[in-house]
Amino acid sequence: MEYLTLFIGAVVVNNFVLTKFLGLCIFFGVSKNLSASAGMGMAVTAVMTLSSMLAWLVYNFVLLPLGLTFMSTAVFVLLIASFVQLLEMIIKKQAPALYNMWGIYLLLIATNCIVLAVPLGMAEGGLSFLMTIVYAVGSGLGFALAIILMASCREKLRLADVPKALDGLGIAFILAGMLALAFLGFSGMI
Amino acid sequence: MNTAIMVVIVMTVIGLIFGLILAFANRVFAIDVNPLIHIVEDILPKGQCGACGYAGCMAYAEAVVTDPNVPPNLCIPGKKPIADLVAQLTGKAPLEVEPQIAQLKCNNGISEAIKKYNYVGIEDCFAASLLQGGQKGCQYGCIGFGTCVKNCPFDALSMGEDGLPIVDQAKCTGCAKCSTVCPKHVIDMVPIGGAVAFVCNSKDKGAAAKKFCSVACIGCGLCAKSCGYDAIKIENNLAIVDASICIEKCSNPTCLEKCPTGAIIPLTAAAKESAKIQKEAAAKAKKEKQEQKELKEKQEQN
Repeated sequence: MEYLTLFIGAVVVNNFVLTKFLGLCIFFGVSKNLSASAGMGMAVTAVMTLSSMLAWLVYNFVLLPLGLTFMSTAVFVLLIASFVQLLEMIIKKQAPALYNMWGIYLLLIATNCIVLAVPLGMAEGGLSFLMTIVYAVGSGLGFALAIILMASCREKLRLADVPKALDGLGIAFILAGMLALAFLGFSGMI
Repeated sequence: MNTAIMVVIVMTVIGLIFGLILAFANRVFAIDVNPLIHIVEDILPKGQCGACGYAGCMAYAEAVVTDPNVPPNLCIPGKKPIADLVAQLTGKAPLEVEPQIAQLKCNNGISEAIKKYNYVGIEDCFAASLLQGGQKGCQYGCIGFGTCVKNCPFDALSMGEDGLPIVDQAKCTGCAKCSTVCPKHVIDMVPIGGAVAFVCNSKDKGAAAKKFCSVACIGCGLCAKSCGYDAIKIENNLAIVDASICIEKCSNPTCLEKCPTGAIIPLTAAAKESAKIQKEAAAKAKKEKQEQKELKEKQEQN
């Protein structure tokens, strides 16, 4: 049951983008296009899950026994950056169309706070392996939900009559603020 | 001490493991790149200016090698030798490159011009232009903070003492980067070899233009009427010239003499000579007219 609580918590209550305000550069950068956003949501979920599994192993078998938990941020960043680089190489070779659609944003996941937040949350909460996976998948899906919602709205905004001063990023931020307000309604659910 | 050593060992080991994994993956997941792309990229000037319309020299090399529809003469800084070489390497028909050079269309630098307000802020032309079009009275003129100078990939621009950028004719490759970054669009790309340059960008009419600048183009049209080759048009109170006509046909720029404000300046030595002669002739004519008037007045008195 606590797995379900953790999952729902990560997806809507403590949504990584709309409640914790993490991962904003990919959120605003890729959400102009719905299919790119859906793909990016899936990519971030995959990266988060796999890298947090790796981080759990390193944390519990290397850092904790040696008493080096203060190094966890640096080690996690190292893990995530290498892992994303590896993923980029694989995707560039196996799915070049996907690679071209994401462009530079794939590499932005590498040092993005949103991917780092999952292992850090795991370290802080002392989660077990299975709980880490649930937490990572939940937060990834929460990110995907937020970015797909954003992209759907932004595609409609392209046809709207936006004042010149707010065009582009200005109106996107206002929209994100409104979405965040809406997600406030989920607080207190768990 | 023990902790420090442990930290170093742990980080080194993790770094090494991942480094080896990445090196291995680089070999396994390597993509075959056409070696011709690198050969073509090597001969390009590598200013990364984007004049070709692609994001950098590597992007253009890739496009011209892989896409049969991309012409080989898009690199403007490279001019004819590079265009011919690219055509030869990619097996395409060689095409002409129109050489062009940057020309500043403003003759009244910020240090002497009439200002609307005192600007204190980021010394960048774009930043200044966000505040009601910049501190200069004339809203079409050069602001003089040197954003173009900073952005030139070939170091061909330098800021003059009067607040106007100077184009180094030898180094300028015509990539048009300065033209795109200028917030006032006061740098124009013109063909090389014109005898005169039109150095005003002001679209204000007559008196309004002269209010802020004594060498402004007032849109009077005297140059257009005097031009025997139809090279000049007056649009929005500004003289627009087709420089290719001047280079092809004109040997004696009459526009230079006719301009009442001095918005046209001579570029070549011949034009400067002709301008000097015309000025002397005009001064002499004026003196003679003055003398005649005085003589007439004296006669009337008597």
